[in-house]
Amino acid sequence: MILAGAGVAFFILPLVGLLLRTPWTSAWEQLGSPEVLAALRLSLLASFSATTIGLILGVPLAWTFARLTFPGRSVLRALTVLPMVLPPVVGGVALLLAFGRRGLLGGWLATTFGIHLPFTTAGAIIAETFVAMPFLVITVEAGLRSMDTRFEDAARTLGASRWTVLWRVTLPLVRPSLIAGAVLCWARALGEFGATITFAGNFPGRTQTMPLAVYLALETNPDAAIVLSLVLLVVSLTVLIGLRDRWLGAS
Amino acid sequence: MTLEARIQAGIGGFVLDVELAVAPGELVAILGPNGAGKTSLLRALAGLLPLSAGRVTLDGVVLEDSAAGIRVPSERRPIGLVFQDYLLFPHLSVLENVAFGLRARGMAHATAIAQAARWLDRVGSPADWGRKPASLSGGQAQRVALARVLATNPALLLLDEPMAALDASARVEFRRDLRRHLESFPGVRLLVTHDPVEAMAMADRLVVLEHGRVLQSGTPADVTQHPRSRYVADLVGVNLFRGRASYDVITLADGGSLTAAGAADGDVFAVVHPRTVALYRTRPDGSPRNVWEGRAVDLDLEGDRVRVRLAGSPSIVAEVTPAAVRELGLDRGDRVWVSVKATEVNVYPA
Repeated sequence: MILAGAGVAFFILPLVGLLLRTPWTSAWEQLGSPEVLAALRLSLLASFSATTIGLILGVPLAWTFARLTFPGRSVLRALTVLPMVLPPVVGGVALLLAFGRRGLLGGWLATTFGIHLPFTTAGAIIAETFVAMPFLVITVEAGLRSMDTRFEDAARTLGASRWTVLWRVTLPLVRPSLIAGAVLCWARALGEFGATITFAGNFPGRTQTMPLAVYLALETNPDAAIVLSLVLLVVSLTVLIGLRDRWLGAS
Repeated sequence: MTLEARIQAGIGGFVLDVELAVAPGELVAILGPNGAGKTSLLRALAGLLPLSAGRVTLDGVVLEDSAAGIRVPSERRPIGLVFQDYLLFPHLSVLENVAFGLRARGMAHATAIAQAARWLDRVGSPADWGRKPASLSGGQAQRVALARVLATNPALLLLDEPMAALDASARVEFRRDLRRHLESFPGVRLLVTHDPVEAMAMADRLVVLEHGRVLQSGTPADVTQHPRSRYVADLVGVNLFRGRASYDVITLADGGSLTAAGAADGDVFAVVHPRTVALYRTRPDGSPRNVWEGRAVDLDLEGDRVRVRLAGSPSIVAEVTPAAVRELGLDRGDRVWVSVKATEVNVYPA
């Protein structure tokens, strides 16, 4: 019991500290400052873009893992979810080696299309996608696996093409998993720090997302850091409450 | 409409090996215990289970031919499959469920909805079609599932245990409705069931399946009177009568009458298991309500018992031990008294 209490305190104390030290009077003022607004706008843009890319690429990937059997599937699957356990900084370094100026693809992208990804907003989006998409893939794949595939059989015997089955039966039936996966992916992208700062850098207005701004502000303007942290905390809490029926059980 | 199928398919360690032909206008019931391969057979016909070998033609059109490498995908087969647990799409309304097949065939939304409504009307689905299927009772869901399949105008209608998910009271009503719909359905009809009474009540022909193979096939009368194996005899080797009940007395369509305990008035099926039929040399004097004289037409030794077919009013099959046959001195052509207790006559509304 004592250990459990210590465990609870361990989680709650930092949150209490954050709330107690919040400069409530100047909070709005801090939120309204151009740097904070820029970081907030960039964070929202990057995290929503990462989620959109995650949906476009991640859902087909989840479907492939859930429905197809092919040699090397488990290896491929392990590689795609690796970013979940990989230290994000390592992810950032890996991204640099792939898309950086001297990277595997980066050089070709730069010379052929004139596209430079590192240290741009697009780079921040890529870093966030890299780290966050696996959460979406895992969640949607689990949803597809637990779905009764005979609904798809029924649809096919009724004359529906594979495409119609996917859009009108499969995706609607796994909608809860799609929503949960997208929210998880978005939340992870919003909080992404290591890969972003490594791959995209820390340029205010271009690649300086909220977590980066918090880290920077902690040295120059602690009050701003606290307010920004509070904003991220509120977002996280909202996500948790929104998903509590799925995770904490509706009991 | 004719269905001809030769199907070999493996599912895990289970092997399905069935040859089947269904004539125009015929309603065939596939009968067998759970795990006999009945559902797999329907899935194979519908193209949901790939054949390892075989050929399926419907009305001369090849749907699948493993030797020629032909395999028409499920969505292009003119086959309607009513699943055992209906599988109504939970995210669509009742009306949209029925319209699904029409929409999938490219019909305009408004036209599809209008046709779906007509089909729901036809199967007697109560209004409020905007509801989601989750709120439907078993009987209502069954009607919607039937309407959803009939709306696509299939040439071959497959029904997987259509009554299994219904409670007993709904079953009687639904069986009557289903038979009416099946009678007006122009294509080939195939019904899967593990309930012998249901199979005999509905079908023109029975196909008994076990361990993925056909054990016997024939008219209900043929199969019940001449079961070709112990297993078939136990499963369907019963006496089935049609008649009209009134005050516990059932007047049988083929002559004679039976007294049953608590028979509902109206058209009924009466089922008497052969092992409950007792035989006597002289007229028995006792409690059984049903006593009549018959003539032994046939005696078949089957393992440890003899199936005696008796002609009379009504004709009936009795199952007795070889010792009893010896004691009775019973031989083909002999006259014998038959008795059946009223409580052993099981009555089902037709």
